[in-house]
Amino acid sequence: MPHYHPDHDHHDDEPLSPSGHPFRPDNDAPLSYWQTMEISIRELLIDKGVTTAAEIAAQIDAMDARSPADGARVVARAWTDAAFRERLLHDASAASREMGFDIGALRLIAVENTDDAHNVIVCTLCSCYPRNLLGLPPDWYKTRAYRSRVVREPRKVLAEFGLTLPESTRIRVHDSTADMRYIVLPVRPAGTQGWSEDRLAGLVTRDAMIGTGLPKNPA
Amino acid sequence: MPDRVRVRMMMPPGHVRTPAYLRGKTGIIERSLGAFANPEQLAYRQKSAPRPLYRVRFTMAEIWGPAAENPDDTLDAEIFAHWLEPLDDSHAPLPSRP
Repeated sequence: MPHYHPDHDHHDDEPLSPSGHPFRPDNDAPLSYWQTMEISIRELLIDKGVTTAAEIAAQIDAMDARSPADGARVVARAWTDAAFRERLLHDASAASREMGFDIGALRLIAVENTDDAHNVIVCTLCSCYPRNLLGLPPDWYKTRAYRSRVVREPRKVLAEFGLTLPESTRIRVHDSTADMRYIVLPVRPAGTQGWSEDRLAGLVTRDAMIGTGLPKNPA
Repeated sequence: MPDRVRVRMMMPPGHVRTPAYLRGKTGIIERSLGAFANPEQLAYRQKSAPRPLYRVRFTMAEIWGPAAENPDDTLDAEIFAHWLEPLDDSHAPLPSRP
């Protein structure tokens, strides 16, 4: 079945992919001003020997290699090691480096969920996110809808993510407005006594660390 | 006792990292973060002496009034010292070095 897409028109005779979706148009449009500037500066930096194409590719690979799995390991360590949890809440950057993560200049604060409080992270001004630990943010995190709504009606937004919290749970929204980045330390799921750090890490989702979700329940 | 502060009601042009929805609102300092270069100067390649940065906690009732979903829910944001004015009931000036 063809789907309704409000951003462009489809004609009945337009071919659809085997999954029933329209094919994505080729990006044949001219480069934008900013795309042209980025390419020009990058090529100049290479021409002048400031950096190399290999260094740029390596940096892109390093960023792509970062993923929520890194943050999940930090969370699982905090669940199993009380002293590490203390260090994480005191200085999350130092605690992440202690585990061997190369997080660069990231200044990280961990905010801890409890039975009475739930934390959720946003950047209303742009798209600040702890990329050096969790990798690139999901597209919705950067949308105007999420950024403007989660500070005003967090309960409604969380409910749309499938997370309905009782009125007695205090919701704490954190707007990353300056130099700090944030990670949520979720509550360890019940029924995981004796689990290894690796097994626990498998329960920690990206959204649980943004605060728009909870860890998975133990199977 | 935490310091009660009000975000200055200014609307300067340029690259400002104090969200408009918090200007004029009253909160408490949740923690001091140390001193950081001022993005309002860095954005224009000006030199910037480090300035104290704070995490300030506001209630949703303070920010949104009767429209708040739950008045006791909170919002924390990082605000530079030059955007904060101590309230009358906390006479101590903001520390220049947190």
